[in-house]
Amino acid sequence: MPPLLRVNDLKTYYFGFRGSRVVKAVDGISFSLEAGETFGLVGESGCGKTTTCHSIVRLLSPSARIVGGTIELNGEDLLTKSPAEMTAIRGRRIATILQDPMASLDPLFSIYSQVAEPAYYHRGFRGRSLRQRVKELLTAVRIPSPESRMKEFPHQMSGGMRQRIVGAIAQGGGPQIIIADEPTTNLDVTIQLQYLNLLKDLQRASGVALVFVTHNLGIVAKMCDRVAVMYAGKIVELQSVRGLFYDPRHPYTRALLDSIPKLGTREPLYIIPGQPPDLSALPGGCSFHPRCARAMDRCRSEEPQESRWDGGATARCWLVTEEAARE
Amino acid sequence: MSEPLLEVRDLKKHFPVGGSVLGGTRGWVKAVDGISFTVNRGETLGLVGESGCGKTTTAKLILAAEEATAGAIEFEGRNLADLHREQLMDYRRKVQVVFQDPYSSLSPRMRVGDIIGEPIKAHERIPRHAVQSRVRELLELVGLRPDMARLFPHEFSGGQRQRLAIARALSTNARLVVLDEPVSALDVSIRAHIISLLEEIQARLAVSYVFIAHDLAAVAHLSQQTAVMYLGKLVEEADSLELCATPLHPYTKALFAASLPSHPDEPREEIVLTGEVPSALNPPRGCHFHPRCPFVMPRCSEQEPFLVEVAPKHRVACHLYGTG
Repeated sequence: MPPLLRVNDLKTYYFGFRGSRVVKAVDGISFSLEAGETFGLVGESGCGKTTTCHSIVRLLSPSARIVGGTIELNGEDLLTKSPAEMTAIRGRRIATILQDPMASLDPLFSIYSQVAEPAYYHRGFRGRSLRQRVKELLTAVRIPSPESRMKEFPHQMSGGMRQRIVGAIAQGGGPQIIIADEPTTNLDVTIQLQYLNLLKDLQRASGVALVFVTHNLGIVAKMCDRVAVMYAGKIVELQSVRGLFYDPRHPYTRALLDSIPKLGTREPLYIIPGQPPDLSALPGGCSFHPRCARAMDRCRSEEPQESRWDGGATARCWLVTEEAARE
Repeated sequence: MSEPLLEVRDLKKHFPVGGSVLGGTRGWVKAVDGISFTVNRGETLGLVGESGCGKTTTAKLILAAEEATAGAIEFEGRNLADLHREQLMDYRRKVQVVFQDPYSSLSPRMRVGDIIGEPIKAHERIPRHAVQSRVRELLELVGLRPDMARLFPHEFSGGQRQRLAIARALSTNARLVVLDEPVSALDVSIRAHIISLLEEIQARLAVSYVFIAHDLAAVAHLSQQTAVMYLGKLVEEADSLELCATPLHPYTKALFAASLPSHPDEPREEIVLTGEVPSALNPPRGCHFHPRCPFVMPRCSEQEPFLVEVAPKHRVACHLYGTG
């Protein structure tokens, strides 16, 4: 049986005016998602996380183009679908939760009409059963007194509540996959915890698979089953969440883990030298080599191959390749 | 060694709500409602709390950008309210700020040299070449190249912009820098850069910080003392490492429980708070935290707890610890 979602060698580039500049935002990434699992996509800003998500639902900006690879949902190739077919897939089979709930809710429509929309278009609910469905969805995301709240408008709600409404909308079409792009960035810590627990409960109840995009490794530790670490448009490491935290293989993953302050200690933080690279002028060889403490001559000239382990873990680093060769 | 630089005593800031220009206030938002703390020379006080708890209002009061409703701020032994104009100018020279968003806190039309040089020109009468050489020193201090003074802010990345903001705050030999969420908008790897830079600068210049953030791990990393705020009040204050090891107030415990784990198997005391922070316009009676508190007792809704020292340098405001 094919996996729920399989992304294979996906390449999405942004093109400047008359091809003056090519930004390789996503450059040959592969991963798969099983039903009911939570997959994390981590990396710093500009590493291609969001472009990956937008490629999957085909909501790219006009300057971006998918130039290679395949995206398969239950074995069907999404890249050959027409825009109308994609409209039927978005919301019904793949839903998204975006970072800013104020920007993803329409201020002019009531909560009811926004939550009802996917259930109306994708699942054919009408009249009283539609109202009942909206009430269920709002109850599932723990909106108190849903009957009166559904008549209100987004500005009458707090940030945490708005984000829960967005969660209800995502559930509305009964999707198999929810892509959550930094869903808690604007929330306070106690509200963030409530929201993450809520997503887990929803997942347990409906068996939906989650793709969690974040730069916060703490969220990964709490939520995800498997994680891909992205750097400069490539997946540099893909592992189970325990493997990533206890046995990180790529120097970038290690450096990221060491650069986060830990509670209750005042040990100096590891500092990754330099800046994340400019995607239109990437360094040769491994893109991470100018910032890597263990870079070798080979890293400057040759791009690392992907090493694979049993259980599907991968890493792209010459050190890893050489260690594997020695064993 | 720990000599107080800034002392805040029973500070209050109440904002009127509603009514019109002709008056007729409908109520008061008690943004800051009777808080006291001390910032020592060369040390850092961390101020933690969720949005709407009064952190930023506290920062504005310290920066003399807002006038306090009641209470006192003493800096180097002198009450801020008693300072006359020239002394206030000198206070503003010594107390500077770094904001959260380095994209909106730097003017896009000014060159870096002018941005950093402006406070120097405002506070000191020194020749232009002296200003320029000071700007170059400051750029080096924050880890940038001196020749970058010619550039505009858009030519810098987020982390570099935050370095510029730090250089500007230090340009007039500030003794106290209020850091209002200085790393929240930055990427993980850049956060570590800025936190280490702030530590390095403190070690070299013995400047004090008030570090405002909602990320407990970062606050505890950088500050000696940490104070936790909830709806305009301090609920707990302690040495940062002690606070991490033995948080007492249920709200502090909940904040720690909500701070994300550093690895997947980290044991967690799961205290999930229900509801959200209530409106400061109409805060709950008694202890402001009681409607969300998992350990609520009958007296919590009637009597307000006071901040009491329960262990050396560890103050908490909660009836669980027999205070009030």
